[in-house]
Amino acid sequence: MSGWLALTSAAQAAGAPLGFDDARHLLNRTSFAANAEDIHAFARLTREQAAERLLGWARKPPVTAPPAWVDAPFESPRQMRMMGEEERKAFQREQFEKGIELRAWWLTEMLTTSSPFTEKMTLFWHNHFVSSQQKVRSPQLMYRQNVLLRRHALGNFGQLLHAVAKDPAMLIYLDGVSSRKGQPNENFAREVMELFTLGEGAYGEQDIKEAARAFTGWSLDPRGGEFVFRRALHDDGVKTVLGRSGRLDGEAVLDILLAQPQTAEFVVAKLWREFVSPRPDAQEVKRIARVFRDSGYEIRAALRALLVSDAFYARENRASLIKSPVDLVVGTLRQFGFSTGEVLPFVFATSGLGQNLFAPPNVRGWPGGENWINSSTLLGRKAFLERLFRVDETRAMLAAAAGGMERAKGTGRLTDGRERFLRAMMDVSFDGPGWLARFQGDAAALQRVVLAAAPVTAPPAGMQGMDLIRHLTMDPVYQLK
Amino acid sequence: MNRRDFLGTIGAAAMTAWAPGAAFAQRGSANYSNLLVLVELKGGNDGLNTVVPYADAEYYALRPRLAIPRDQVLQLDGRAGLHPSLEPLMGPWKNRELAIVQSVGYPGGNLSHFRSIEIWDTASKSNEYLADGWLARTFAQAPVPKAYAADGVVVGGAEMGPFAGRATRAIALTDTEQFLRQARLAAPAGGARNAALHHILRVEQDIAQAAAGLNGNRSFATEFPRSPFGNAVRTASQVVASGAGVAAVRVSLNGFDTHGNQPAIHARLLKDLADGLLALRGALVELGRWDSTLIMTYAEFGRRPRENLSNGTDHGTANAHFLLGGRVQGGLYGAPPGLARLDGNGNPPFAVDFRDIYATALERWWGVDSARALNGRFAPLEVLKA
Repeated sequence: MSGWLALTSAAQAAGAPLGFDDARHLLNRTSFAANAEDIHAFARLTREQAAERLLGWARKPPVTAPPAWVDAPFESPRQMRMMGEEERKAFQREQFEKGIELRAWWLTEMLTTSSPFTEKMTLFWHNHFVSSQQKVRSPQLMYRQNVLLRRHALGNFGQLLHAVAKDPAMLIYLDGVSSRKGQPNENFAREVMELFTLGEGAYGEQDIKEAARAFTGWSLDPRGGEFVFRRALHDDGVKTVLGRSGRLDGEAVLDILLAQPQTAEFVVAKLWREFVSPRPDAQEVKRIARVFRDSGYEIRAALRALLVSDAFYARENRASLIKSPVDLVVGTLRQFGFSTGEVLPFVFATSGLGQNLFAPPNVRGWPGGENWINSSTLLGRKAFLERLFRVDETRAMLAAAAGGMERAKGTGRLTDGRERFLRAMMDVSFDGPGWLARFQGDAAALQRVVLAAAPVTAPPAGMQGMDLIRHLTMDPVYQLK
Repeated sequence: MNRRDFLGTIGAAAMTAWAPGAAFAQRGSANYSNLLVLVELKGGNDGLNTVVPYADAEYYALRPRLAIPRDQVLQLDGRAGLHPSLEPLMGPWKNRELAIVQSVGYPGGNLSHFRSIEIWDTASKSNEYLADGWLARTFAQAPVPKAYAADGVVVGGAEMGPFAGRATRAIALTDTEQFLRQARLAAPAGGARNAALHHILRVEQDIAQAAAGLNGNRSFATEFPRSPFGNAVRTASQVVASGAGVAAVRVSLNGFDTHGNQPAIHARLLKDLADGLLALRGALVELGRWDSTLIMTYAEFGRRPRENLSNGTDHGTANAHFLLGGRVQGGLYGAPPGLARLDGNGNPPFAVDFRDIYATALERWWGVDSARALNGRFAPLEVLKA
């Protein structure tokens, strides 16, 4: 009886319009922080309609033009070995600059896209199928991997897994390129099981050894930087992986991993921690994982089930996730409608706060959650927000500093970099009066847009305008989503 | 009035304010009145040109251009000598306050900066990924007194390294006065409604407590070198001078990734290091903390014995490290570099696991069992005076 009652009330909730708070919650978890217009538009939709609209918003090609060099002939990082001291330094400097341009490209896309959910999912997969520029040392290959991740971001997980396994940046990052018959490198075989599909403990060391043999021969053509299968380096002997035997190749091993129910559960639990709460509900994860598998690993199917679930909208899961540095930086700029010039300061802001795009700390990715916040990053976040909401007051100071720099110009690169940074900061602006106007002095309405829950310290009665914005963005609850 | 009544009367808080070390008078607790100072040599210091095996012909064969000539080495014994830039450390060496551990490393030495420093910071095996730093795990197991300003302070840079961990009270600062100004942005208040908010409020509280306990205006007779490392050492000294206490401090010196033109760069770095360490010694002596401080150097790896074609050295494995302090039993420890037994990458074997050195700090310096924090049993070095 009580079970039946619970069902109807859940069904009712699902059939009714979301209303403002639920719409805000949905958008803040799936985009970088929503503005009032979007929240009002979603408030009229039911859970199903809202989820459909979000999933339908996905766009594959980015709107931001990539740096020109992505299509230039492939520059193998290996060529560095042949270089002399000076040449190598110049090459490294160039690669470093390109790395910054690459991060700037992605951040710009996050700031300007009409489908932030695509960026959130691309970032999710970047943190799942980790590769890092620090080891790959090829901005071109890191770019190509990003294109691959965004192409499949809301597509099919099985196809994504197969594609990633042959992705050149991944082949370098997890040492596939140096794996050959007789000397299999186990790095990819281990991580594909532990971090990409099954999760720790669902396989044995022998499975890794045998799988590593299956992936031998998956290599890279150093001329074009493309995947190439080198039959001569491939071990085509009989292997046994998770109880299945045969002359398994890499494709066959990936299919064996996809056939394990554990894989769907592992991925769904990770999506849960990204979008719902820090602690997945085992029962619900199993249910949604079945939906995921039955759909043939359609990522949209898993996301739809997750985003219409009662758990997603549960009271206790509101404001339970900590914003990542990208959430905080991009979310703030988007939500308040900042206009920006060059995004350089924000590339440095996100990396300074612990999220250097294209360079997660290790193969496990950014641990996230509470690990985002320590004394240094918390003060860094607050200092960033304070600078941002005082940018109009400090423009004169910035101009003076940049002017002083102009006089000292020609003294070297570092100065150029600093000048670029200062100029970019001067280009940042926030139309406070315009943004505030829509609330017509309604402080409570403003608070409901800016914060995911009531602030720890309520603003003093009568506080308005920029003071109110500064108060709310300094509150610890602003760090939550 | 006996001691117990006395403690009861003035209360534990007043007690720690009066003398930070006294909070640990109870038996069985960790002795955090002993301070640990970690000095990170970022980029991977060339241990072979730091502690030079000047009697080993193999060394001169591997480094025709880079070797330190025998007659320039500051001889420590018949086989090992310091780089001439380390002359300022000869005082502590002669005083027998400087221990040098040679051939420090770990099984399966990783040659990536990022990965290898992570292995050192988390005290993990080379094929194991741990989230928390080794000091974070130590403090979780044997908590630092609540009245201390912080568990640990990172001077310069925001990476928490060995302090990384959700529950550690670790503060990163470059300059104490600047930190005190910035700390005003943290205003701990209110109750936590979930785990995430609880964590943030706790960090705000940590910042506020550190700000309340630290001060930046102690003046020293010691002169600090005018260099980034000198400034870091000055800040570290300010932190230690603050009454409220910290268990550990980390400072770092950057630039040891000497792939090219090593001689001039390395000589300058080692001079910075030696001048800074000597100034730190001076400040600690002024504070009466020299006998209760243990300084340890560390780095992600040593460098390849064979010099490269750019007059530099590439990433290596086993390395030499320093332990310094008033209660250090000076001398040479570990084993001379095994230059006749290089591996396939051309790197020497290690003789002392870096976790043996960590175990020394935990067991012998703080009196904490190290097996849990280090995920295994490691053998402390007998390098400290009772």
